[in-house]
Amino acid sequence: MATFRQNVEATIPALRRYARALTRDSDIADDLVQDTLVRALRSEHLFHGGDVRSWLYTILTNLNRNRLRSLARRPTLSPIEDNDAPDLAGPEAGGRDIERALATLVEDQRNALLLVVLEGLSYREVAEVQGVPIGTVMSRLARARVQIKNYLDGERPALRRVK
Amino acid sequence: MIDRDSPVTEDELHAYIDGELPADRKEAVATWLADHPEQAALVASWRAQAENIRARYGAVVEEPVPERLKLDQVLKHGRSNGRSWAAMVAAAAVVAFIVGGTAGWMARGASAAAPTGFDIFASEALDAYKLYVVEVRHPVEVPGSERAHMTQWLSKRLGQDLRVPDLQSIGLKLVGGRLLPGPTGAAAFYMYESPSGERFTIYCAKADEQQSALRYAIAEQFAAFYWVDDKIAYVVSGPADRERLESVTKSVYEQVDKGATKKL
Repeated sequence: MATFRQNVEATIPALRRYARALTRDSDIADDLVQDTLVRALRSEHLFHGGDVRSWLYTILTNLNRNRLRSLARRPTLSPIEDNDAPDLAGPEAGGRDIERALATLVEDQRNALLLVVLEGLSYREVAEVQGVPIGTVMSRLARARVQIKNYLDGERPALRRVK
Repeated sequence: MIDRDSPVTEDELHAYIDGELPADRKEAVATWLADHPEQAALVASWRAQAENIRARYGAVVEEPVPERLKLDQVLKHGRSNGRSWAAMVAAAAVVAFIVGGTAGWMARGASAAAPTGFDIFASEALDAYKLYVVEVRHPVEVPGSERAHMTQWLSKRLGQDLRVPDLQSIGLKLVGGRLLPGPTGAAAFYMYESPSGERFTIYCAKADEQQSALRYAIAEQFAAFYWVDDKIAYVVSGPADRERLESVTKSVYEQVDKGATKKL
């Protein structure tokens, strides 16, 4: 049987993936993973069993929420995305589009969508991570998908017009 | 066999692509989609979104884990060992879904943690919450205007110096309190109300443990944060909105933690 630490260790690559998608910055993402691991290890003796993986996602999601809140209180310098060259066709363009589409989502909706489609968590596990009923998870997912579709559909006609 | 024309809900379409539908229903949805090209296109667009997201970020798991994220490094450089609210709440695990009243514990599948004696406090407190929160005329035995008397009375019945938190600073008025039977004898129960009528309760009872981690439980539309500090179990219950409940619990935690129950 795997130990608590082995379970934590095995989850690190997936936590990095989730954090990267949440923050869109590899350094900030790894900071978040590091903080998650520090807290998880510190609470090891208080962990009463259950699914280590869901618990780690919970910690990371909560820490990211704190991070976004403190960012909101401070003015920050952000890259001026509108000056980017227009997206061209190809896989890279698709990646950038989806990245921007995700950025337009409300935080809880982005978390729910990423946990389901990227991390492969079940609705029930996401409900635990977010601390809400399953029905709330489903409505967050539905809204996220509508929003992304609208964003992507709105982008494409604009590109077509350029042609 | 499910009728191929049986209505398919939007929730089911999401569950369909997320692999959350039972096999028979999956087949019915697939058949239904074959006859409904508009919805089929929608489902295809959701699938494409998911594929895009995985294409964009999926490769991160193949990258070597940086040195600073190796566990021995994390252990070496981990920060101080305080029992701070921020650390506690970030690590608050959802250990169980409590189904109210008679049904007891609902299984959570293979990863389910068995409920401990400590979880029973949350179950009892949520039952009390559900029972009294809807009460219009008699939600409490002692009104909040008699705070001093109530504190003295409940402290005496529990055999512990209790402190009734003041939550005015976050807009919650003390409605009052009552005595309840609990798993370890008497339990104290306080109710608070916001100007919009939202109600929160605090449940306190003696516990065997010295202290515990913070936990979060959900029962339908209600939820609770609970923990043990200095041999008293605290359960803060309210509507199932983790963020809101977290901020209420923080105020409670900060007050009872440095409260009168600490050794002199």
